[in-house]
Amino acid sequence: MPSPRYRREMPQRYRLEAGKCKGCGKIFFPPRLICNKCSSQNFEKVTLPENGKIITFTIIRVAPQQFEAEVPYAIAIVELENGVRITTQVVDCDPEKLEIGNSVKLVFRKVQAEGKTGIILYGYKAVLV
Amino acid sequence: MVGIIGYGSYIPKFRIKAEQIAHQWGKDAIAIKRGLMLQEKSVPGLDEDTITISVAAAKNALKRCNINPKEIGALYIGSESHPYAVKPSGTVVGEALGIVPDFHTADFEFACKAGSEGMFVAQALVKAGEMKYAMAIGADTSQGAPADALEFSASAGGSAFIFGKENILAELLFTHSYTTDTPDFWRREGAFYPHHGGRFTGEPAYFKHVQGAAKAILEKSGYSPSDFTYAVFHMPNGKFPLTVGKKLGFTNEQMEPGWVVNLMGNTYSGSSPTALSATLDVAKPDDLIFMVSFGSGAGSDAFIFKATDKIIGVQDKAEKVREMLADNPIYLDYGQYAKFREKIIMNE
Ligand SMILES: [Zn+2]
Repeated sequence: MPSPRYRREMPQRYRLEAGKCKGCGKIFFPPRLICNKCSSQNFEKVTLPENGKIITFTIIRVAPQQFEAEVPYAIAIVELENGVRITTQVVDCDPEKLEIGNSVKLVFRKVQAEGKTGIILYGYKAVLV
Repeated sequence: MVGIIGYGSYIPKFRIKAEQIAHQWGKDAIAIKRGLMLQEKSVPGLDEDTITISVAAAKNALKRCNINPKEIGALYIGSESHPYAVKPSGTVVGEALGIVPDFHTADFEFACKAGSEGMFVAQALVKAGEMKYAMAIGADTSQGAPADALEFSASAGGSAFIFGKENILAELLFTHSYTTDTPDFWRREGAFYPHHGGRFTGEPAYFKHVQGAAKAILEKSGYSPSDFTYAVFHMPNGKFPLTVGKKLGFTNEQMEPGWVVNLMGNTYSGSSPTALSATLDVAKPDDLIFMVSFGSGAGSDAFIFKATDKIIGVQDKAEKVREMLADNPIYLDYGQYAKFREKIIMNE
């Protein structure tokens, strides 16, 4: 993940800022420029709720090198309280004990680092509630 | 008047018991549990650091007050484990909380009292009328060298306090700061683990400074220990705060609600702030609360707070410290702990 893109995506990664279409009300996360439902280009900024539930998940046992220390870990599709679905890691748990339907909340965590001397990248992850 | 309008804490989910560390290094767990009065300590997850702990604590503080983060004029983060040597933790935390860009931020460092340093400055700015609200956070993910006595205590967690002039939960009545050059504990630039100066650690450091600040603020305020409902002190281990409190004339009953070190460990810059947070969790209107921090090097900040009738309505708006300590902790063995704390040398 190159640093300029990381900087640009901070509002969504740090603060869960989404775009709500002023034409039809559909919420996009990450935000986009044109609504795929009504083609409107007018959006307002909305903040996603932090709470939701697990729709489905998978357990990663063979990870890219940067995440090797974390295996096994879970990646889930979480449906937030307003119906928006996001894909996120579920942490602070035994992934073998996760179940579809578990209630989760999104928290602010370290996602990765650009090596030992580069910048640290932060974003959201889910924890069980 | 100025005071705390929101407070909140965060303690990571992972723990290691004193027995695990004692077993690893061939030490006597029973003697350590009795001597240091430590049962277990918190351990940060692989994806947690002072910045993420600060954000979590600050979000809990914001839950307890109904303010727009944009009105926070200053954010100070005290820690001895800031993730960057150059780039303030406050930049990331301010961005994550939505405080950016019109605010003043700085990272404080003063061993275990960096959090109370931030509180000292934040309240003063609000009192002076420079800004409506100011936030101070004490957070750490501290490391003790393997096999060192500090390994039983150095833990992770933090607390955040928002100061303001309206809707005050705990009014700040008095402050005092007491500092000298005492070589009890230090870490040189670039060194991974800290050093402590043996005979300087107890009496000439912790006890002298905590008592110095405590006696000065008692004299300044005209209060005596029996006037307070609660008292909190920096908790490098279980024994020191209870001993210094007793020397000053406080009782175990006054110290008990904030004395969370046996289950949490020493969260360094987050230690006495989290003791204050745990005390606010149970405080009632008009309770007087006495607080003295300690940072090696060395110095202490003292505060006297008085809870208002607004405290009752906010205690349940965020998770309390004792609830976090009891909320299904995940216990690690020493090998997992060494991995979590990145004590194992990996092939790059
Ligand atoms: Zn639309």
